[in-house]
Amino acid sequence: MKLTLKIWRQKNAQAKGQMVTYPIDGIDGDMSFLEMMDVLNNELINKGDDPVVFDHDCREGICGSCSMFINGEAHGPDRLVTTCQLHMRKFKDGDTITIEPFRAGGFPVIKDLMVDRSAFDRIQHAGGFISINTSGNTQDANAIPIEKADADAAFDAATCIGCGACVASCKNSSAMLFVSAKVSQFSLLPQGKVEATDRVMNMVKQMDEEGFGNCTNTGACEVECPKGISLENIARMNREYLSASVKG
Amino acid sequence: MALDSKIPSGPLADKWTKHKNDINLVNPANKRLIDVIVVGTGLAGGSAAATLAELGYNVKAFCFQDSPRRAHSIAAQGGINAAKNYQGDGDSTYRLFYDTVKGGDYRSREANVYRLAEVSANIIDQCVAQGVPFARDYGGLLDNRSFGGVLVSRTFYAKGQTGQQLLLGAYSAMNRQIGRGKIKMYNRHEMLDVVKVDGKARGIITRNLVTGEIERHSAHAVVLGTGGYGNVFYLSTNAMGSNVTAAWKAHKRGAHFANPCYTQIHPTCIPVSGDHQSKLTLMSESLRNDGRIWVPAKKEDAEAIRAGKLKPTEIAEENRDYYLERRYPAFGNLVPRDVASRAAKERCDAGFGVNKTGEAVYLDFASAIERYGKEQAYVTHQDANNAALVKKLGQEIVKTKYGNLFQMYEKIVDQNPYETPMMIYPAVHYTMGGLWVDYNLQTSVEGLYAIGEANFSDHGANRLGASALMQGLADGYFVLPYTIGDYLSHDIRTGPISTDTKEFEEAEKNVRSQIDALVNNNGTKAVDYFHKKLGKIMWNKCGMSRNAKDLESAINEISDLRDEFYKEVRVPGGEDEYNEELAKALRVADFLELGELFAKDALTRNESCGGHFREESVEEDGPQKGEAKRDDKNFTFVSAWEYKGAPKDAVLHKEELTYDNIELKQRSYK
Repeated sequence: MKLTLKIWRQKNAQAKGQMVTYPIDGIDGDMSFLEMMDVLNNELINKGDDPVVFDHDCREGICGSCSMFINGEAHGPDRLVTTCQLHMRKFKDGDTITIEPFRAGGFPVIKDLMVDRSAFDRIQHAGGFISINTSGNTQDANAIPIEKADADAAFDAATCIGCGACVASCKNSSAMLFVSAKVSQFSLLPQGKVEATDRVMNMVKQMDEEGFGNCTNTGACEVECPKGISLENIARMNREYLSASVKG
Repeated sequence: MALDSKIPSGPLADKWTKHKNDINLVNPANKRLIDVIVVGTGLAGGSAAATLAELGYNVKAFCFQDSPRRAHSIAAQGGINAAKNYQGDGDSTYRLFYDTVKGGDYRSREANVYRLAEVSANIIDQCVAQGVPFARDYGGLLDNRSFGGVLVSRTFYAKGQTGQQLLLGAYSAMNRQIGRGKIKMYNRHEMLDVVKVDGKARGIITRNLVTGEIERHSAHAVVLGTGGYGNVFYLSTNAMGSNVTAAWKAHKRGAHFANPCYTQIHPTCIPVSGDHQSKLTLMSESLRNDGRIWVPAKKEDAEAIRAGKLKPTEIAEENRDYYLERRYPAFGNLVPRDVASRAAKERCDAGFGVNKTGEAVYLDFASAIERYGKEQAYVTHQDANNAALVKKLGQEIVKTKYGNLFQMYEKIVDQNPYETPMMIYPAVHYTMGGLWVDYNLQTSVEGLYAIGEANFSDHGANRLGASALMQGLADGYFVLPYTIGDYLSHDIRTGPISTDTKEFEEAEKNVRSQIDALVNNNGTKAVDYFHKKLGKIMWNKCGMSRNAKDLESAINEISDLRDEFYKEVRVPGGEDEYNEELAKALRVADFLELGELFAKDALTRNESCGGHFREESVEEDGPQKGEAKRDDKNFTFVSAWEYKGAPKDAVLHKEELTYDNIELKQRSYK
């Protein structure tokens, strides 16, 4: 396949960026999108140019590092995959592909396609945990049976990989899907209910401080989420938040 | 230096309890005066950092990823073992211990393994308390499945994302401590050296990957939870960034490197599709609970499949060779990984491979789909003789068990594994070798500890499935936080460690000069060129099957490649910016040294054991004909290598292994 790539290049956080066009040839449909980027980078290095910087690590869709906005969609045109799992067979010979970083006020660009998502970590520091020390004498794991439906729903929420596609896809740059997934996981489990009030208040407060916008229910985040995290989580977080506010 | 494993005296089952009672403690007020560095935030590093901070130590944690949550433990799929015996199928601490020692082909330390089995149950309790959403049955209790090399169901799981859920558990425990200021987290930092003061590890040198800044960090002790070195093969199931640098720098500072040749080649990975391949993807071992592995029994069928003229579903049952069930009737498809991998290679080498390159076998779910479908039809009072209905119901059950794995396979291979068998082939997955540690998980450098995959201690020559997660969390939550206290109890009056000393200065200078040399090298070849070349040497000569001639030539080839690397490598960009090529060059430089030691270790160990198969050492007759042959008389030891300059000059120290509680036997899965 022969393709034309239009890629966001930005030297560092302070520099002004711009789109740069690169023609590329010899792309195989079995390559992943990132392997296609490897081919480009190898060509750039051999020419003495700087390779395009992007985050990537596991390349199997679970670490949440990769974060490309491809042809106007977070992680590109395929559904329920991250950029590293997107394969070139989804494109046609002659296509022009536009590649940008995840854009949001809360995700400043570090270089080229790499952004700073540490705001997500800080939201988790505010309450994304259950306060239990490691002691070796916690009660037996089967002491509290958990209804399978609840355990499964908690698991589904917990599969969020923290990539930020939800934020990048949202016109308000809202992080509600991400935050609500964590809030939901814990609020669905008996172990997490104890601190539910403080957790939702603190996490939402931190989310607001990080500059993420509000949710206006367009559902773009759910469509683009590579792990299929459901909008129901946002509804659940809103209920949790409301009842926490009433409790005070 | 003589190796002292510091195994406590007394009966096996009492050693750990006794040891915990005997070692020194640090009082809570004094813990506030002590700093600990933890490098790596996977299951081992993350759980250790969180627990040390909970205890009151001041922890500095480092990871090269942009968040601790992205460490490669996140990608572990199948599950975590624990001797809970919730299924009432005869499991016990002893049985988990026994299975692990046998699975490791009698090359691990009894006392360490027993402790691992002992604390395994605590891990599950701890994780559930943290909110890890393990799979549950309809009664609300925890579900289990079975993994290779065992006869019980002791594996706890969260679909095919167990590693993710456990790591997020450890990450949440870290977050709580970061929020309290007890852990200072350094993301996007790579450790490039250990600093020793008066023979003790007192700090590290790091590079901030975003700014390029070289930093000094001091502490009273340094813990490495930096994972394995499978990427020495270039292609592996490891993440792109997984590397040996931290462990190798520790080795160069005096930490012995143990059993570097013990590598796990995992039998069920998605086969290589072409030269562009940047990494390999695992299909969890849990799939072998329900998938049957086969190749065509007739060579002409295999040829027709490779030519695209025949489909696997068109081959009749009697023309299929379920070779694991044939060769190992007792364990069948659930033989340990090393055995399954070699058997796949044997069939493919004999010409029965089923993809374009002839390097793939089938993993087939058709009979599981039928079995589950029938059961479901009975449970829901529907017609169990309606084939279409049974298939549909069966597929639904398989989807709930392995949905994400099937989806991942379909995305990569572009085939639907619900309708046609998966194609799989062995790939490098895990390294049992690593830094030598004593019972306290301390390396041969005082104050320097290694935990999780970074150390060598628990898996011998082959690791059983679902045991890596167990070991990482056992070390981090339940072992290291106790044993390190014994060492730190001597440091309560030491006060803060200054970084303004000649030792830190010398280490920083070394790092800077290595970076300068790479960035200013006027070579013509990209880092990947050398990494791929190294990978080919390793795979062809130090892979699933090894012999003296190939290993000798590998040592020379790697040494030559290293020289070429320093002459010819090109690292574009500067030092003071985000420069991935520079980060890669620093890592590959260390792989080029480790690879040589790896081959040397494999050459020295002239026996077959676990994942290390020497062609010179096979059973020649009897019922075990063709199977790997261990040599207990000459090789019941741990190889611990001391750094002496070039890897080929490394000096071998032997830690003799003694088995008081297990009889050494031929490992039979027949």
